[in-house]
Amino acid sequence: MTDTHSPDRSSDAHVSAGTRGLGNWLDSRTGYRALLKSALYERVPGGARWRYVWGSTLVFAFMTQVITGLVLWASYSASAQTAWESVYFIQYEMTGGWLLRGIHHVMAQAMIVLLALHVMQVVIDGAYRAPREVNFWLGLVLMTLVLGMALTGYLLPWDQKGYWATRVATNLAGLVPLIGPSIQQLVVGGPDYGHHTLTRFFALHAGFLPATLVLFLVLHLSLFRKHGLHAKQPITQPDAMFWPDQVLKDAVAMLAVMAVVLGVILLPALRAILAGEPIISGHLGAELGAPADPSEPYAAARPEWYFLFLFQFLKVFEGWGATGEFLGAIVVPGATLGVMFLMPILGQWKLGHRFNVVFTIAILSGAGLLTAMAVHEDYYALWVDRSAFADVEKVLESTGGDSDKIAAALGHDEKKIADFENRRHKLEAIRRSEAFLSAVKQAGTDADRAIELAGRPEKIPPTGALSLVRSDPLTQGPRLFAQHCASCHAHVDPSVEGAEQVFAKGSAANLFEFGGESWVRGLLDPKQVASAAYFGNTAHSEGDMVSFVSEDFTDKDVWKQADKEAVVFALVEEARLLKGAESKKLVKRGRELIADTDRCGSCHPYRENETELGYAPDLNGWGSTEWVVGIITDPTHQRFYPDTNDRMPRFGVASEGGLPALTREQIELISSWLRGSWYRPKGNDKAGRAADHP
Amino acid sequence: MTVESHQEPADTKTKRRSFLTGALAILCGGLATVPPFGAALWAFLDPLRRSSGAATFLPLTDLTNVPADGQPRQFPVIADRVDAWTGFKAEPIGAVYVKREEGSDRVEALSATCPHAGCFVELDKAAGCFRCPCHNSSFTLDGGIVAPSPSPRSMDSLECDVSKSGAVSVKWQNFYSGTEEKVARK
Repeated sequence: MTDTHSPDRSSDAHVSAGTRGLGNWLDSRTGYRALLKSALYERVPGGARWRYVWGSTLVFAFMTQVITGLVLWASYSASAQTAWESVYFIQYEMTGGWLLRGIHHVMAQAMIVLLALHVMQVVIDGAYRAPREVNFWLGLVLMTLVLGMALTGYLLPWDQKGYWATRVATNLAGLVPLIGPSIQQLVVGGPDYGHHTLTRFFALHAGFLPATLVLFLVLHLSLFRKHGLHAKQPITQPDAMFWPDQVLKDAVAMLAVMAVVLGVILLPALRAILAGEPIISGHLGAELGAPADPSEPYAAARPEWYFLFLFQFLKVFEGWGATGEFLGAIVVPGATLGVMFLMPILGQWKLGHRFNVVFTIAILSGAGLLTAMAVHEDYYALWVDRSAFADVEKVLESTGGDSDKIAAALGHDEKKIADFENRRHKLEAIRRSEAFLSAVKQAGTDADRAIELAGRPEKIPPTGALSLVRSDPLTQGPRLFAQHCASCHAHVDPSVEGAEQVFAKGSAANLFEFGGESWVRGLLDPKQVASAAYFGNTAHSEGDMVSFVSEDFTDKDVWKQADKEAVVFALVEEARLLKGAESKKLVKRGRELIADTDRCGSCHPYRENETELGYAPDLNGWGSTEWVVGIITDPTHQRFYPDTNDRMPRFGVASEGGLPALTREQIELISSWLRGSWYRPKGNDKAGRAADHP
Repeated sequence: MTVESHQEPADTKTKRRSFLTGALAILCGGLATVPPFGAALWAFLDPLRRSSGAATFLPLTDLTNVPADGQPRQFPVIADRVDAWTGFKAEPIGAVYVKREEGSDRVEALSATCPHAGCFVELDKAAGCFRCPCHNSSFTLDGGIVAPSPSPRSMDSLECDVSKSGAVSVKWQNFYSGTEEKVARK
């Protein structure tokens, strides 16, 4: 037995002797054993404790950021036309990109929390006291560097969120007396935000700040080793070595931090599994907003949550003018940091130490309170029932907000007036919150659409994703319509509740699904043609078209049901919106009826019917992109309403040297949107109607 | 004794020598690092000498698009733009609110950039005022501050011009935010 095993043993002995030999050689050349020993065998007075783990978790978090950051760097491109695009690629197309970016994003936030815990532990334990003052100061420098990395990292995806938050942050930097504007211009990389803002922020984020951080971290750790661990008094347990007792606790804490980070990233996936929905990996981890657009307002602009308290703090100084701004953005944060720098000196006295502890807790809870206030203000509308303020709204509407009229409406009762004012403020808070929430929703919609467009088989053009968004009818159509058309025209599905009231308020036709089958059926329906959804609120409410539809068209001897159907289909075909083979068979018959000078053709020019332009709109290509672009450009053109145009502006016509209200591109965007013609990914037909978008 | 008396000047000599060596080392080393630091600083400060150019009148719209009802309307400011190495043709570079009082041929323009911290001020039609979504600064339709407001000054008015043919143009400028005085950026 022994004999059969002996060869193995001897080979073990060979290996271990060989390893030892190699180890000895390496040690004689490097002295690594002494290095390792001094690194691991540090005495921990009073034994390992959980309260000492925060520093190690911070180093771990930083290492995570370095590892994930370097690989992100390998795929990131810092320029105004490639930053968003490369981040999109990392998040949605690169294998594992979502996880990489998710870890980097969430760990950055974890780092802020760990930083707060570390500072709290050091201050409460009085670990800044002599001889550790310098190390405390080094720690404060490290904290500032970490916050700087968080701030600069927020901009790098170059999405709306990061762009607008950075605009505010850099504008605040401009408030520093004398050198502020120069600092701002240096950070931004010029007078305007662009390529050089990104390259500079990226150089700060991935180069200057982490390199400085490493330098200070080395100093911080070597001073930590020089003075030894500051033990929390009283010491009740026997001393232990750093390895393995404290290392185990540190490692468990690191694992816990990583588990929380992964948990935050993967939680939505778990939710999707439970709800039986498909998991879209690109939606996990860090979000990506719509590409930055300086010309597109972003009402959902907020800094990352850990800077929300500073954001809210600015509101505290309402009414203080520039002084308040300066106090809130520069003086108070600067003074807070100043007091923290003085802590080791103050801490020499017992009272000073108590002050430090109270100050730290006050600052952290103050920041917590401000954060809660910011969240409360933004999401207020979710917690309060607006209908409870209907009476306030009524009074405001009837009085126009005039304080004398309000007092009169409330019978000059002071108590009632005070109560009214109080509730009016609440109502205003609800309105603001509603505006914010709808802006957040809009931001989500815009982001989803930008990502959908970026994922087209044609990929992103060299001009960047912003050019895709700007030329997308689905994104721009509703905005342009709201700005230029919605004061007269509605765009509401007639089948939804309350549609009638919306139509009643308008002064022109409802354009929902204009040119489509149901729109044309409504136009040719005697019950609807004179309603507010069509000509009811226009100068044509008693015009020839209305009388034709309500009288001639109902004459069953002249208009058989099949012929009526044929006209509907022929018109929809003119708009290039007809679907279904059956209906297409009737188009030929419909065209003959429309062209017939005893029927539609008596007023409308169509095909070869020789009816003159000018009396009623040209039906050639009616409702098509070209036709809609034409009528928006100039409704008084011969093809449309040269003499009977009812208040519709000539959106595409300008006087000499002037600009029209809408450019040709904008008119095309509105037209395509009205016709439901925009890019939609394969297998998603819900989004629109026409499939003729190039 | 003789040896000692010989040692003293030798020590002084060595000290002087090592001082000179040290000073020379620092000088040479220092000089060697001047060019990289100098070049870095020189290039780093480049943005300071760049300016957005003198403010010019840019065509905005037609007078017919600004109804004389005292209601502000938003218009994009379109101009060619240069971002470092990229040149853009006719891009929106900002936005203005333009309004015309009843019966007037004059128009007034306000920059849509918030004078507080540079966000995009929105028109709240329902409340009849301007509102900044970032820190809730509110302004009247004339651009005046609605107190209390985090904004230190009213919205920035811009010079306007209406040509005989009815073309409206605006003198586009950016201003420093957060200050009580309206100071144009260069």
